[in-house]
Amino acid sequence: MNAPAPVSLRHRVNQARLRLQASGQRLVIAVPFGWLLLFFLLPFALVLKISFAEFRIGIPPFTDLVTFTDQAYLRVTLAFSNYLRMVEDRQYLVAYLNSLRIAGGSTLIALLIGYPMAYAIARAPKGPRAVLLFLVVLPFWTSFLIRVYAWVGLLKGNGLINAALLSLGIIDQPLLIAGSDWGVHIGIVYSYLPFMILPLYATLEKLDPSLLEAAHDLGCRPWKAFLTVTLPLSMPGVIAGCMLVFIPAVGEFVIPELLGGADTFMIGRVLWNEFFLNRDWPVASAVAVVMLVLLVAPIMLFQHLQSREAPAKTEARP
Amino acid sequence: MTSWRRNGFLITALGFGFAFLYVPIFLLILYSFNGGRLVTVWAGFSTKWYGELLHNEQLLGAAWISLRIAVTTASFATVLGTMAALAMVRFGRFGGRTLFSGMLSAPLVMPEVITGLASLLLFVSMERLLGWPEGRGVTTITIAHITFCTAYVAVVMQARLQDMDRSIEEAAMDLGARPLKVFFVITIPVIAPALVAGWLLSFTLSLDDLVIASFVSGPASSTLPMVVFSSIRLGVSPEINALATLLVVLATVAIAAVGWLQVRQERLSTRLAQGADAD
Repeated sequence: MNAPAPVSLRHRVNQARLRLQASGQRLVIAVPFGWLLLFFLLPFALVLKISFAEFRIGIPPFTDLVTFTDQAYLRVTLAFSNYLRMVEDRQYLVAYLNSLRIAGGSTLIALLIGYPMAYAIARAPKGPRAVLLFLVVLPFWTSFLIRVYAWVGLLKGNGLINAALLSLGIIDQPLLIAGSDWGVHIGIVYSYLPFMILPLYATLEKLDPSLLEAAHDLGCRPWKAFLTVTLPLSMPGVIAGCMLVFIPAVGEFVIPELLGGADTFMIGRVLWNEFFLNRDWPVASAVAVVMLVLLVAPIMLFQHLQSREAPAKTEARP
Repeated sequence: MTSWRRNGFLITALGFGFAFLYVPIFLLILYSFNGGRLVTVWAGFSTKWYGELLHNEQLLGAAWISLRIAVTTASFATVLGTMAALAMVRFGRFGGRTLFSGMLSAPLVMPEVITGLASLLLFVSMERLLGWPEGRGVTTITIAHITFCTAYVAVVMQARLQDMDRSIEEAAMDLGARPLKVFFVITIPVIAPALVAGWLLSFTLSLDDLVIASFVSGPASSTLPMVVFSSIRLGVSPEINALATLLVVLATVAIAAVGWLQVRQERLSTRLAQGADAD
């Protein structure tokens, strides 16, 4: 008569196990979620908050937005002066425009160098392909600072390139590449080229070669086939690669500092100077907020591509 | 495949591209063996700059700090990044998934000056409110590094988890193994090469970071990139060339090890698959 008992016991054990499994899943989500909320998202709220504070001498070097007056009233003081300064002082506007121009130009150069490389690697036979990919990834693993430094030694007035050109008699005055926008362009393209090649390679490798054969069979010239078939199909890779280069390049500090001139003002450098030289945290925060506003559209585009990539992959699997 | 080799344009593009990527590094390595102090004049082969490196207390101290931070960062970021990747790939929809995936991909492109400033403001506010972390130093650098390295590990692990053949896990599940046991006995060994790759990636990213560390470091916690940077600002020096060469060799060995692990893993699984087919 007590036959149902084990069934219900097993049922209960199963229920408990499912509950445990569900709470385990929640834990796996909650730990990284909580970490990123606290250490990645919350800091941006603080940047926004402090950009409305005023500079003062002390620790911390900014005023409180929320204060209690004598009558225990809450008083919120928002200082817009930091943002007014962005508009009034031309230095900031020039720095923003410089950053966009230099980052945009470098992204274009990286695309022009990276696309043929990615295409060649994607079309290579399997053996060489692995080696070529390895060679693309390797510089990414070696120190970024060291790679920029390598160019400092090459491009300086008394650097290797000038020494070689002078001794060959091609030039009689050292070229001032380091210390100009061209130095920064070279530095950015050199440092970020792997980021351009990898997403391009990923889309080009998936490209069905039979589409190109069909175009060829129908009498399409190779260049026309490239422009009408390959290029449109590789657009997600082009956009992802360009965003991966453009967004960090806008805020780049190390490259303009080491390879640019004293007058190559990019916004990352302005933020750095406001913070480390002037110790003006509120203005540095306002510079960061304006930079983020400029970058929101490209960042959203990049994230959209990232999130579209993931489900497409799982759906493609049987 | 001969058509690939015959395509002059593609071969030229590859040759030019790789020359651009590698010639500066080769010259840097070459000149680290230069006997003279002048970087443009070759004054005979010498390893004396490597010897000087060993006596540079400041560099050695900074390298030790950086190594400690990098090991801690890599270990924490690998765990957090793997959890995040599992959440994204395995658990379907959950509340806040869009926000979560946004916070996982934003650090990949966020300009470092912004992340650095933001992290610093957080640590300062936390210290005022909670009294922790006390001042800034190794702990704050480590926390900031874990945060952005987690995003990189999550990318690597998501790709691996999506490509993974789940039939072995399902078989284990059918035979009555619990999810946690399946994870530790089946999943972890299968994704082990990706775990190693994620760990090494975090390790190198942390070891390499200058900007974020400069914002959140304290008076007695200058990392290796910070010391190198202040020395580079003064000009090119053969000692830094020697240090750079060592770092490049270290990175090459590390990535070659990862590549070897992955190739071995692939061969093993194809052999297993062939064995299963033969049965």
